[in-house]
Amino acid sequence: MTVKDWFEQRKEMQIARRDKETRIDDSVGNLWVKCYHCNAQLLKKEVEDNMEVCPKCGYHFRINARTRINQLFDEGTFEELFGNITTADPLEFSDTESYKKRVTAARAKTNMNEAVISGVGEIEGELTAAAVMDFEFMGGSMGSVVGEKVTLAMEEALKREIPMIAVTASGGARMQESILSLMQMAKTSCAVAKLNEAGLLYITVLTEPTFGGVTASFAMLGDIIIAEKDARIGFAGRRVIEQTIRQSLPADFQTASYLMKYGQIDMISDRAGLKPMLAKIIRLHKKKKS
Amino acid sequence: MAILEFEKPIVEIQKKIQELKEISESSGMDVTAEIETFEKQALEYKKEVYANLTPAQRLQIARHADRPTFLDYVKLMTTDFMEMHGDREGMDDRAIIGGIAKIEDCSVVIIGTQKGKNTKENLTYNFGMPQPQGYRKALRLFNHANKFNMPIVTLIDTPGAYPGIKAEETAQGTAIAVNLREMAKLNVPVIAVITGEGCSGGALGLAVADRVYMLEHSYYTVISPEGCASILWRDASMAGTAAESLKITSEDLLKFGIIDGIVKEPLGGAHCDYEKMANDLKETIMRAIYELRDVNSKTLRNDRYNKYRRMGVFCQ
Ligand SMILES: [Zn+2]
Repeated sequence: MTVKDWFEQRKEMQIARRDKETRIDDSVGNLWVKCYHCNAQLLKKEVEDNMEVCPKCGYHFRINARTRINQLFDEGTFEELFGNITTADPLEFSDTESYKKRVTAARAKTNMNEAVISGVGEIEGELTAAAVMDFEFMGGSMGSVVGEKVTLAMEEALKREIPMIAVTASGGARMQESILSLMQMAKTSCAVAKLNEAGLLYITVLTEPTFGGVTASFAMLGDIIIAEKDARIGFAGRRVIEQTIRQSLPADFQTASYLMKYGQIDMISDRAGLKPMLAKIIRLHKKKKS
Repeated sequence: MAILEFEKPIVEIQKKIQELKEISESSGMDVTAEIETFEKQALEYKKEVYANLTPAQRLQIARHADRPTFLDYVKLMTTDFMEMHGDREGMDDRAIIGGIAKIEDCSVVIIGTQKGKNTKENLTYNFGMPQPQGYRKALRLFNHANKFNMPIVTLIDTPGAYPGIKAEETAQGTAIAVNLREMAKLNVPVIAVITGEGCSGGALGLAVADRVYMLEHSYYTVISPEGCASILWRDASMAGTAAESLKITSEDLLKFGIIDGIVKEPLGGAHCDYEKMANDLKETIMRAIYELRDVNSKTLRNDRYNKYRRMGVFCQ
């Protein structure tokens, strides 16, 4: 192995570790989990009770769409819509495995139909439309179904004249749908234009991770953009940039605070503060009845 | 001129014909009939080769070093072109060039990504990979067109938006997203043409349009075949397979209803006959402008919205 190879391998390992950090290691038994960030052994229950945030170091673990919805919406108020829309395979795509098989596996793993849940619910009593993404389903990638369900959620907001919230978690476009997934960027962004024209409030919550085609469309178009603590957000992935410019990147590159420093987002929230923050923003934008 | 692998036999035949001509001239022997036969055969052969290219081979034509660039088309298709520089916020990205011009009798705003034909030019134009500031310059020109009721023509040939530190710091994703949203609101006709590489969000950032066309051998995709191969196959050498799987050719995109038409290229590709290519492209653009220029702005916006609203394939 040459020195260069050794460095490359180290870099790969670092990237792999960084990716691992965003999850909890639940291989240490039924009751216990381990925080990859601070290495603390934690009781599963204590992490759950702490909104999936490490009680020792405060690291925000990645959470799935259902957990997110439970955390954000008043109990029993969230009504899922458009859940019957499911993945097709228009290109009959196959790489090392067929797209159909990958989707089937993702469904089994996540117990979700696709990488987003759309619906309406109340946040501290305020009715809002929402689209909440799930990174566990094929990396939260946006294909036709995600694009359609995000757009339908926005149209639901238009119909009911209520605010719209998008919670993003995505590696980018769904490559297996090629050009059709690219067009979802246009579709969702055009739908945001409709929200704008109707004067409806649109808030985006960027969570770990938000990248590629989702960043370059509806995620960055919020009237107000909130990033969750510990989220990484960007257009191009770290590795692509490193390969292009052949230099190493700042340690805090593409973190929420980095984006804040460069004026790209309005606020950063920790997990516990997110719901009250959304409720407050919605109330501040409420039009007085005349 | 760079010669592609599958062009070599054709070049060989043409060389032979040339030799034959020279021999006949110097010897005074009349071989006109033979030459004619050979030339006919050469043409047939060439037609056959170009009718049976794989997506990977067509990719090479789309990326050909001599492929006409945005500025070539501007020179050949328009008159009175005046470049408008800069985003008004501190930068003039050279990967996206735009300005006002006339196509036939019609004043337009014309914008495109610019590639170079040699290393020096490519450094100037950053290989046609725009920074966020390029998209913001384009947006400024879109708004200019909107204000003065001029149709917008965009010509796209880009391997993608630039992935770099400064591009991230100055919000590449936001710049593209804002263009997608704002193009939906434009009151004037927008005509977009993929002339070479139409790669990812970097291409789409100029392509939310009433009419989208592709040159015959251009490609349009969510990710480059190389990028796709290295992610899904974990092997960049599978790019050829990825190019087929991604369905990136102009015929594929027409079939999917993503584009409105294909502009045929001269035999051998756009680089073989700049004038004919530019002329045929101009005809397509003018036809679209005539179709769209009397449509009222509300209908135009609604039709554009509905067109993108319908895109996507899923089960219900
Ligand atoms: Zn910890």
